[in-house]
Amino acid sequence: MSSHPSFSGAIVGRPVAHESAHLHVSGQATYIDDQSELAGTLHAAPGLATCARGRIKHLDLSAVRAYPGVRCVITAADIPGENNCGPILHDDPIIAGDEIQFYGQVIFAVAAETRDAARQAVRLAKVEYEVETPILDMDAAIAAESWVLPPFAMQRGPVDTAFAEAPHHLSGTASVGGQEHFYLEGQISYVQPKEDQTLHLICSTQHPTEMQQLVAHALGWRAHQVSVECRRMGGAFGGKESQSAQWACLAAILAVNTGKPVKIRLDRDDDMIATGKRHGFQYAWESAFDDAGRLLGLKLEMASNCGCSADLSGPVNDRSICHIDNAYYLDAVTLRSLRCKTNTVSNTAFRGFGGPQGMFLIETVLDDIARHLGRDPLEVRQINFYDVAPGARSTTPYGMTVEDNIAPALVAELAASCDYAARRTAIAEFNKSSPIIKRGLALTPVKFGISFNATHYNQAGALVHVYTDGTVLVSHGGTEMGQGLYTKIRQIVAQEFGLPLTDVRLSSTDTSRVANTSATAASSGTDLNGKAAQAACQNIKARLAAFVVDLCQGKVAADDVTFVDGRVKAGAAYDAAFPELVMAAYRARLQLWDAGFYRTPKIHFDPLSKLGRPFFYFAYGASASEVAIDTLTGEMRLLRVDILHDVGRSINPTLDIGQIEGGFIQGMGWLTSEELWWQTDGSQAGRLMTHAPSTYKIPTASDLPEVFNVRLYDNANIEDSIHRSKAVGEPPFMLALSVFQAIREAVAATLPAGSQVRLNAPATPETILRAVEAGREIGV
Amino acid sequence: MSERPIQFYFRGALHAVQGPAPTHTVLQYLREDLHQTGTKEGCAEGDCGACTVVVGELVGADGQEELRLRAVNSCIQFLPSLDGKALFTVEDLAPAADRLHPVQQALVDRHGSQCGFCTPGFAMSLFALYENQPDCPEREEIDHTLSGNLCRCTGYRPIVDATQDAYALPRQPLNRLPVIAALKELAKLPPLDYAGGGRRSHSPRSLAELAELREKLPDARLVAGGTDVGLWVTKQGRDLGEIIQLGAVAELKSVAIGAERLEIGAGVTLTDAFAALTAFEPQWAELARRFASTPVKNAGTLGGNVANGSPIGDSMPALIALGCRIVLQKGSATREMALEDFYIDFQKTALQAGEFVRSLILDAPQAPLQRLFRSYKVAKRLDQDISAVAAGLAVHVDSEGLIRRARLAFGGMAATPKRAAACEAAMLGRPWNPDTVRRGMAALHEDYAPFSDVRASAAYRLRVAANLLQRFWLETGRESSAGAPPLRLSELSPILLEVRR
Repeated sequence: MSSHPSFSGAIVGRPVAHESAHLHVSGQATYIDDQSELAGTLHAAPGLATCARGRIKHLDLSAVRAYPGVRCVITAADIPGENNCGPILHDDPIIAGDEIQFYGQVIFAVAAETRDAARQAVRLAKVEYEVETPILDMDAAIAAESWVLPPFAMQRGPVDTAFAEAPHHLSGTASVGGQEHFYLEGQISYVQPKEDQTLHLICSTQHPTEMQQLVAHALGWRAHQVSVECRRMGGAFGGKESQSAQWACLAAILAVNTGKPVKIRLDRDDDMIATGKRHGFQYAWESAFDDAGRLLGLKLEMASNCGCSADLSGPVNDRSICHIDNAYYLDAVTLRSLRCKTNTVSNTAFRGFGGPQGMFLIETVLDDIARHLGRDPLEVRQINFYDVAPGARSTTPYGMTVEDNIAPALVAELAASCDYAARRTAIAEFNKSSPIIKRGLALTPVKFGISFNATHYNQAGALVHVYTDGTVLVSHGGTEMGQGLYTKIRQIVAQEFGLPLTDVRLSSTDTSRVANTSATAASSGTDLNGKAAQAACQNIKARLAAFVVDLCQGKVAADDVTFVDGRVKAGAAYDAAFPELVMAAYRARLQLWDAGFYRTPKIHFDPLSKLGRPFFYFAYGASASEVAIDTLTGEMRLLRVDILHDVGRSINPTLDIGQIEGGFIQGMGWLTSEELWWQTDGSQAGRLMTHAPSTYKIPTASDLPEVFNVRLYDNANIEDSIHRSKAVGEPPFMLALSVFQAIREAVAATLPAGSQVRLNAPATPETILRAVEAGREIGV
Repeated sequence: MSERPIQFYFRGALHAVQGPAPTHTVLQYLREDLHQTGTKEGCAEGDCGACTVVVGELVGADGQEELRLRAVNSCIQFLPSLDGKALFTVEDLAPAADRLHPVQQALVDRHGSQCGFCTPGFAMSLFALYENQPDCPEREEIDHTLSGNLCRCTGYRPIVDATQDAYALPRQPLNRLPVIAALKELAKLPPLDYAGGGRRSHSPRSLAELAELREKLPDARLVAGGTDVGLWVTKQGRDLGEIIQLGAVAELKSVAIGAERLEIGAGVTLTDAFAALTAFEPQWAELARRFASTPVKNAGTLGGNVANGSPIGDSMPALIALGCRIVLQKGSATREMALEDFYIDFQKTALQAGEFVRSLILDAPQAPLQRLFRSYKVAKRLDQDISAVAAGLAVHVDSEGLIRRARLAFGGMAATPKRAAACEAAMLGRPWNPDTVRRGMAALHEDYAPFSDVRASAAYRLRVAANLLQRFWLETGRESSAGAPPLRLSELSPILLEVRR
């Protein structure tokens, strides 16, 4: 049903459709909950705490157990192995024991004959708490020195001298909120007991291997007793990296206890309450700069709300530290990074993984400087860029030399193509004569480091089977969450063998086929698994080429053998259809399947000093956003966006543009309408009230700007990445910072010249109106 | 009424359901009972659209029946609501296994899916549009169509583009004749009296039947569109007890529109009610656009929105501002009251045991006074977002320019939708000018002491309520001229509209 163009020539680089598109649109793509259930399947539901901090005095589950259809109820005491689902520190109980750390923490779980019965039953628990005063925000955590990980301090360059000598200084504070992933398919795991103490899990997860390990540990089992499989996720965005495991662990324990298959599919509200989000950050800084707006020094305290446990907060904060520079050279920096422990759900990975929060800061710092000096913010951004060729201004605060800096050229090209200067003038004119509606325009760059900061994650494996009819089945360690990883791998493999796409299929990702996988995260899916799959293909091709050399009795060299257009050729000496050669090779007892392995070269990072070369390369981009605000209500509309983005040499331009547009709109949501709101006091203190799409507002179609120009920047990766492409999952998210900066421009248009804009994110109508009115009080 | 199974048209044939409780949702039935899993559950509260299906219904007089197709959220529709109707899901779209429907093909060609989980819901919303709108729609209509479908991956651009592309493909309309024939057959069945899972549900067809049932079963739960009550079941696990479904009562679905008077039956969907309201008073247009989502408006009723008396029900302030009267019926007796008097306290109304809402009445403004009216909604998001503040503002000005009547009502400001009595008093008898507006704005503080909650702080609500009054004056109090600066975001386009490639 899908419309793949007829095959000819290169497949890598072509805008082929997502391999499941025809299944998506017809409802035939199978997600976990769509799979036929095995007879006797039970359905699980978690019981959640209704207090943010304290101890359970009394837990009476008798009514839960007695509810019709309930087959098993478990508490922390029923976990046979380790009660932990924390991926790094073991500080995250699968089921809380006596101690409650956030409103919504799992305190028991039920398996029942139907999902409705399980959900009704959990409502019947009677729980008495000894309530303690919760720490609900970063200020309270800082005051109490409540950390999930110790504060990290660093200094680079002569900060005191820079501040002493600089002609200008500013200080400021800002905050940015967290973000709910709102994957459309909620957390789900389906656990199937097999013979002889083994389990097979079908899960919506970005990290099958970690889930395998955590389930095994929870059961007191070993890894080879548990396999985890994922064909596709209905969205993930980081929310199914570490935080899909808890639900799998619950279902696995219930499955082992009952001997029955157990499925757990969280209700949307439970999912939003009980799973972590993007970290909210707050900042206090002092900047020192010269007359041109060149940043000479920065003193920064940057706090993150990690929630109640470490989860991935260490690496998230490390990545934020590695992105406070964005595309700008920072001479002299002192930084204090605070990892606040609060009585809220433990925050986790989310597209950008701290990078957006780092860049948010520096873009605001530079914008303040421009406003203070009365300069165009774009000009100030541009003069702060790293050197193009490695030179005096090329070393990042974490000690890496920027060797591939295309930000200046890319930004200049975008500024020209989007008419930045003319529109900025026209907007200033408009604002002069428009008292109620104000417009703003901003152009911001992105430089995002590619590779997991933790070097050892930068590895991948793949398994490629060539069957005797010439068709190919590929397994690899990456997971498909909509980003098009399977499509790109399919293109890479098809190109290696010179086969049409229809001859190559991807199997589900399964820890029993490819072991010790890294999370599909850090935008690295194609970089790592694409290289691994290519390596596996090359192993097989090498064997086939040697076989052709043998068939030609050595009249050709292995290098002469080509795999193109479905045929294998060696000069004039050999020409056969791929299946023909494959069958001959099979009969000659040649291995037609192979594994491939890849580890990213060049990278190293010291997690203690935060120094090294954590990234293989950088992905760049820039966006210009034009917004308008209504100064009576604070409402905002995004009118036009222009994006120029660097994906290296694109493997699939359409998929890449999809990532760019989707990432941008998601980032816009983070910075505008998506507000997380907790009860601050009373008996419900710490309860998340934005726990459903009725109260938590991600963008809709009407938020798409009227004009949305998105182009790829022509640029091959200078590093030997897969087909010289660049990772694209996360970098475009941060393009949305131009929306926030444009809102600041629009707010500034209501203020006396030279005033600073005090605007936090998300810039909801209320936040914008407050910024407008605060300025009016000061200014008038 | 007679006890019988729920019957509807499905997959090309008549389909009967007996067994599940009457609060079993259409989505549960599809996925759990029929294993038709193309339709997805994203939120189970009618806000994300992954569960979107299309329901077909006969409309029009005998002999001239037409099939009306509307997208609804199957996750909060109870099964009895399907009785006598036709149900279409994503599995119905493709005419053959190797051929896609134009909306599906365009979604593939435009790369309109990434993770694909929301995609069946989008396909169904677009299918409804495709069937109802023969001409390629503009962006605004597409946005409205998709106001109840969330996509977290694509950023919507390829979906919007695909919507228009579908119209460039060979037209492939639904063959409506067999559906209409089947629905006519179903119409011959007696009214539905359904029992399942130990619970009963009644679906009277006439006002008389409803009135009698309501008196007999004063404690039964009335369910109209189910867009609110549905969540009591899916989210709160409430047992609704015995149910009276209002969706089949013919008289409740009538709209009587004249030059002087508009009467909207309590069972009229929000979609149809807003069409009538906008025809009667064009200033309803913005509220009609921003109120809920298309699937919610297709199922929910204006009577339901009014009857559940939510403090943030978006339609009430505007209705109150226009002097809406509500007609209540008990047995054969009816009574009328001003809508604002219907609301007594938080989620408490004047409705008595055995009584139900029959209709809403609006009258045209009386000459010689000139009525100025605006309705506003302020929320975090343009579409499908419950308001922080909703306003319905009407002043009646005499030939001297003096305000002779004022009805200024706000939602989100108190426990019920409420008129701003002090504000009205401050403005009555005064000229419609900035000074009067300032007096009104200042008086609003006496009328309201709003809450701070998830949608907005008290301070913001008070400030915005006053600012909306200012906007009302800016929009109605001055002569508008062509070059005047814009007052609303919706009027804007990008500053220099040259698109470079």
